[in-house]
Amino acid sequence: MNRKIKEKQSFIDWFINSNGATSVAVVLLGFLFGTILVALVGKKPSNMFKAIFISIVGQANNKGVWNFRYVGETLAYSIPYVLTGLTMAFACRVGLFNIGGEGQYIVGMTIAQTVALLIPAFRGQWILCLALAIVGGAIWGGVVGILKARFQVSEVVATIMLNYIALYGSRLISFQLPGATTYKTAPLPDTAMLEKVLIKTSNLNISFFIMLAACLLYWFIMEKTKLGFGFRATGLNKDAARCSGINVVKNIGLSMAISGAFSGLAGACVLLGGAFTSGRILAGQDNYGFMGIAVALVGNNTALGTLLAGILFGILKESQSLMQNLDIPKEITFIIQGLIVVFIALRSGLELVKQYRAKQKVRKEVLAK
Amino acid sequence: MNMILGSLPTVLMIVAPILITAIGGMICERSGVVNIALEGLMGIGACAAASTHVLMESAGCGRYSLVIALLVGMIISGLFSLIHAVAAINFNADQTISGTGINLLADGVTIFASQILFHADRTREFRMGMVVDKIGLYPTAYIAVAVVLIAWFVMYKTPFGLHLRACGEHPAAADSVGINVKKIRYIGVAVSGVLSGLAGGCIVLTQTIQYTSNTINGRGFIAIAAVAFGRWTPLGVTGAALLFGAAQAFSVIATNFPALKVIPAEWFNMLPYAVTLIALIAFSGKDYAPQASGKPYSGGAS
Repeated sequence: MNRKIKEKQSFIDWFINSNGATSVAVVLLGFLFGTILVALVGKKPSNMFKAIFISIVGQANNKGVWNFRYVGETLAYSIPYVLTGLTMAFACRVGLFNIGGEGQYIVGMTIAQTVALLIPAFRGQWILCLALAIVGGAIWGGVVGILKARFQVSEVVATIMLNYIALYGSRLISFQLPGATTYKTAPLPDTAMLEKVLIKTSNLNISFFIMLAACLLYWFIMEKTKLGFGFRATGLNKDAARCSGINVVKNIGLSMAISGAFSGLAGACVLLGGAFTSGRILAGQDNYGFMGIAVALVGNNTALGTLLAGILFGILKESQSLMQNLDIPKEITFIIQGLIVVFIALRSGLELVKQYRAKQKVRKEVLAK
Repeated sequence: MNMILGSLPTVLMIVAPILITAIGGMICERSGVVNIALEGLMGIGACAAASTHVLMESAGCGRYSLVIALLVGMIISGLFSLIHAVAAINFNADQTISGTGINLLADGVTIFASQILFHADRTREFRMGMVVDKIGLYPTAYIAVAVVLIAWFVMYKTPFGLHLRACGEHPAAADSVGINVKKIRYIGVAVSGVLSGLAGGCIVLTQTIQYTSNTINGRGFIAIAAVAFGRWTPLGVTGAALLFGAAQAFSVIATNFPALKVIPAEWFNMLPYAVTLIALIAFSGKDYAPQASGKPYSGGAS
C-alpha cells in the first residue's frame, strides 16, 4: 500500500520534471479541447481525425487506395514550420525572444524571388537564391541582436516593428520586379525551383533534406561547440557568462543572426518549393513565423523536439483542405494551435506545483522528526 | 487647406480605434503586464460586434443594435483577455508566449465562429454601419476622446490610478502597503481587453461592412508601437496614435493629393513601425517603460 502511494507520487514528479511529457500532454489537451469544440457546434469530431489520419498515412478517401501524395505534402508543409521553429528555439536558448521569424521569413522570400527574377537563369540558380536568403534573414535578425545588445531595445518590440517593415518593404521591392501586377510577378525560372524528391507527385523537394541538415546543424552548434556553450551560458545567466569571459554582446548579436538565418531559408524554401509558379507580392503575413514560436515551444527548444513539432504542424496544415471537404471548418486547426500555445504558457504553473510539493516534503520531514 | 480639413473625418475614423486600443495597452502595461495580444483581442471584438449587429439587423431590431453590438464585442473580448490575465498573473507565465497564443487563437476562433454562424469564412454583410453626424465625424471619434480623458483622470487623479501605477513600477512596495497587486493587475488586463474589443467594434462598424480575417490587419501592433512611442503616458500615447493613424489614413487617401500620389502607400504603412524603432533606439538608456512591466509578481512574504 505504502509503496503504491510512493510510486504514484514519483509519477507526478516525473511528469512535472519531464519537458517532453508535459509537451505531449499540452498537445493532447489542445486536441481534446478542439474535439470538444467541434462536437459542441454539432459537427462530427471523427471526421476531423479522419482528415488528420489521411494526411499522416496517405490513405485516399473512401477508395481504399493509398495515395502518398498526402504524405509528401505533409512533409513539404512541415519544412517552413521546422525552420521557423529553429529560429525561435535558437534565440530562446540564448535567452532571447525572437518573434521576428515572420519578418526574417519575408526578407528571405523577397531576396529569393529578386535573385530568381533579376539574375539571368543558370543551372543551380536555386543554390544562390537559398544562400542569399539565408544572408538576408541573418542580417534582419542580427540587427535586432545589435539593438538589444548595444541599445537595450526590447527584442520583442523591435522584432514586431521589423516584421511589418519587412512586409511593406517586400511589397515596395516586389512591385519593381519584372511583370509585377498587384499580387504576383513574372513566372519564376525553372532553374530557381527546388528539385522534387522521394514522392514526385507532391511538392516534397530537396529543401526537406536541407531542413534535416539545419536541425543537425542546430544540434551540433548548440551542444557540441564552444560557441554553443557560450550561447547557452549567456541564456542561463548573462552576468555569470560575462564574468567568466564570454563576450555577451557578441553572442547576442551572433545568435540573433543565426536565428534569423533559419527563417530566411524558410522563406526561400516556401517560395521555390513548387506551390508558387511566380514571385509573390504579399498582401499580409503568412504566419509561418508566428507558428514557429509554437513549434519551438512544443519542441522544448531542442532539435529533435522542434522537428517532431514541425511535422505535427505540417500534418495539421495538410489536413485543412481534407477537413473542409468533410464538413469541418478548417479553422479548427488554428484553434488547436492557439490552444497549444496558451497551454504552454500555462505550463509555468507547474513550477508553482513543484514549489508547493517541495514545501510539503520539507514540512513532512520536519514533522517526522 | 480645404483638402486637409476635408480628410480630417477619415483620419479621425482611422485614428480612433488605434487610440482606444493603445490606451488599453498602456493601462495594462502600467499595471505591470505586457499585452501583445491586443491584435487578437481587437479581432475578437470586431467579429463579435459584426456578428451581433448582422443578426440583430436581420431580426428587425436595428435601432439599438449598434450600441449592443459594441457592448457584446467589449464583453467577449474582455472575457478572452482573462486567459492572458490568468496565465500572466496566477501562473507566472511568460507574457509574450501567452499573448502570442491568444493572437493565434483569435485568428482561429473568429473565422471558426463565422463558419458556424454564417457558413462562410467571414461574417455576413450588414446594411448600415455607424453614420456620421452634422460635422462629418463618426461617433467613434467622441468615444476615443472620452476614453482618453477618463483614462487620464483615473490614472492621475484617483487613488486607484496611483495604486495601478505603483503595481507597474514596484509591486513589492505596493504590496507592502496593502495594495492587492493581483487584483489591480487583473483589472489592468481586463480593461485592455474591453477597450480592444470596443476598438475592434469601432473598426468594423465604421470602416467596413463585415468581419474578415483582414479586418484588423496589424492595427493592434500599431497600438503597441504607439504605447512605446508615447512613452506610456496618456498624452504621449494620444500623440503617437494620432501620428500613426494619420500615416495609415494617408496611405488610403493619398490618391486625393496630387503631391502625395507619387509616394507608394507602403511608405505610409511602414511609417509607424520605422518611427517607433528609431524612437526606441533614441530613447535607449532612459527608462520610460514601467519598471516591473512584464515581470510576474508572486507575492513577497506570503
